[in-house]
Amino acid sequence: MQDLLGLEDLTAREIDELLDLAQALREVVDRPIKKVPTLRGRAVVNLFFEPSTRTRSSFELASKYLSADVINFSGSHSSVQKGETIWDTAQNLTALGVDAVVVRHGTSGVPRQLADLLRVPVINAGDGSHEHPTQGLLDLLTVRQCKGTISGLKVAIVGDVLHSRVARSDLFGFRALGAEVTLVGPPALMPDSFAGPGVRITHNLAEGMRGADVVQVLRIQRERQAGGYIPSLEEYRERWGITRHRLQWADADVVVLHPGPQNRGVEIDSDVLDGESSRVLSQVTNGVAVRMAVLYRLLGGTYDEPR
Amino acid sequence: MTNRDDVIRIRGARIIDPFRGIDVKDDELHVAGGRIVSRDDVRDGSRPVRVVDAHGLWLVPRLTDMHVHLRSPGQEWKEDLVSGSQAAAAGGFTIVAPMGNTDPPVDIPSLVEWQRHRGDAIGLVRIFPIGTITHGLQGERLADLYTLEQAGAVGFSDDGRVVASARLMRAALSYSVSLRHPIIEHAEDRALAEGTVMHEGDVSQRLGLPGVPEQAEALIAWRDVELAGLTGGRLHLAHVSSLGTLAALAYAKRSGLTVSAEVTPHHLYLTDEAVEAWDYNPVTKVNPPLRPQSIRQALIEAVVSGLVPVIASDHAPHHADEKAQPYSAAPYGISGLETSLGTVLTVLLHSGRMNPVDLFARLSKGPDQVMGLNYPGLLTGAEADLTLIDPNARWTVDPARFYSKGHNTPMAGEQLTGRAVATMCRGRWTMRDGEVLEADGE
Repeated sequence: MQDLLGLEDLTAREIDELLDLAQALREVVDRPIKKVPTLRGRAVVNLFFEPSTRTRSSFELASKYLSADVINFSGSHSSVQKGETIWDTAQNLTALGVDAVVVRHGTSGVPRQLADLLRVPVINAGDGSHEHPTQGLLDLLTVRQCKGTISGLKVAIVGDVLHSRVARSDLFGFRALGAEVTLVGPPALMPDSFAGPGVRITHNLAEGMRGADVVQVLRIQRERQAGGYIPSLEEYRERWGITRHRLQWADADVVVLHPGPQNRGVEIDSDVLDGESSRVLSQVTNGVAVRMAVLYRLLGGTYDEPR
Repeated sequence: MTNRDDVIRIRGARIIDPFRGIDVKDDELHVAGGRIVSRDDVRDGSRPVRVVDAHGLWLVPRLTDMHVHLRSPGQEWKEDLVSGSQAAAAGGFTIVAPMGNTDPPVDIPSLVEWQRHRGDAIGLVRIFPIGTITHGLQGERLADLYTLEQAGAVGFSDDGRVVASARLMRAALSYSVSLRHPIIEHAEDRALAEGTVMHEGDVSQRLGLPGVPEQAEALIAWRDVELAGLTGGRLHLAHVSSLGTLAALAYAKRSGLTVSAEVTPHHLYLTDEAVEAWDYNPVTKVNPPLRPQSIRQALIEAVVSGLVPVIASDHAPHHADEKAQPYSAAPYGISGLETSLGTVLTVLLHSGRMNPVDLFARLSKGPDQVMGLNYPGLLTGAEADLTLIDPNARWTVDPARFYSKGHNTPMAGEQLTGRAVATMCRGRWTMRDGEVLEADGE
């Protein structure tokens, strides 16, 4: 593995190994002194062409906990606006001696194109509607911590699957590890070609959630109303919003996930988000661990086992 | 140098003339003074005869690409009339019809005349301009179509943009009844296509790129066919790529309407899988987008059956810097003049799907009829526009060797079989053995 561009490219074994590594690194986040020397002397650039606070901060802390040096480069106020192409920008940054590039871009495929161009590892921090592999990994890790294994679990992914890079990474990851995935949401937001072995599609929430071990709730954006995909957010909530009542359709030990940021009272109600089934804060912590694991794996660091 | 009065005798070629529906092995042809002449005309020996041995080659008249973008005036960093003429000659073409969506657009007669005369001065290919349908490509009022036609326009199109208003399209088609040349539509429903960058299907869904359904084209194609029925106008559908459009064409044919269409070589050769195979490189980004295999097959069958009588490249050169952007931001278009013939021969001839006469009709007689040019074929007295083709030459597409300024093609690296080895326009060689002759117009 030279880059992390998407979970579609990874084998079950590669995913498992990353999750094992993340699980091992997870305890660093809980240490009073959160610093291991693993990537000391290595430099990582966070190249974000889309606004992001959460993912960027998570990557930044992951690098810092591993003792790497980090620079943040935001595409919105930079040389990109002076006419430089993003390929020039990336090549210039790597010419500065950067050892890995973490990239987010609004257009699908940009990380893949950068990986073809650059000699250093490229980590996809979200590209268009394509993939968000570290989000997929942190979801898998969170579920594995709760359930022990992924294989055989019933996973419902609810919402705007068509436009969601999280949904794709989750789908590819859960499918690779042997879960049964159901995509649930408005017909216009369901990519019908995803139906196949291990994946089914329904627009009926009750049917999609029946017996689910995991419910991943996707953010619904107001633009989908303007785009004609849904009549209104109110009607969306009426049919696909996750309420305490509807959660009873799922398995009693259901794990509720949300990639954030959440629209409380739209795709998920506060009493679910703040309830005992919710693992959204574990997701955030696991996100740091997963990103540490990915950086470690790609930059070939050494890890001192805790004594 | 060949003197214009010298006689050129091309001997040994297999002469394939779709205009007359003939295919004759080991024949010969005489050219003098820019025209085809008879053997009797040159028998007296008063003029020197230059013999060209064309054994093993095919000779076809007047290869025509009725849909190209030569980018001039206004976007000469992408292409100009010299480089575009060179690309045409290299590709084996003797007529190209450039679309009017230049900057400024070709919506006034002086621009039509300028393109035409400039093409003549360069002397490598006949440039027959397509004027715009609407003034300034704005889609609001008709351009002076008759005046454009008088200046030399051979068709009218707002290519790159659909004529969104059915009322205006009705007006254009209605007016075309009083003209000699067709209204050429870029069929694409704007609202469905907005924000999209590739074909909507399993590839777009997996790659997470916004896709346009093929119905975006078919909706407008059906609308225009209905309007052609209403008006009796002369409609040509550019670069068709949808099953619904083919159904509309079949309906138009059954109904006896004057409706024609063209398909591009890249839609016949490639599928939307190329977007993934090229790792999101926007070299595959083209409008209409590359389609899945099922549609590609239907397009091939439509060309074979003659439902689609024209193959045209939609040659759309861009500067490398413009294509060096993320997929969504990069411009649409494929530089196609220099791969068109090889692609078509590979897909349609060497696969055994078509015989040479029918195949070359799509590149000569088909566009000639659509544009109403009335070339008679290789008869004595006809203008000597012809191409010698080595049908079995195997070659690999290398855009670095293009004459076009646009090296943007997903055909790069493809192995093709068959190419033009010599092009003659107005009785003068414009390309020999892949080398384009010096352009006069520099």
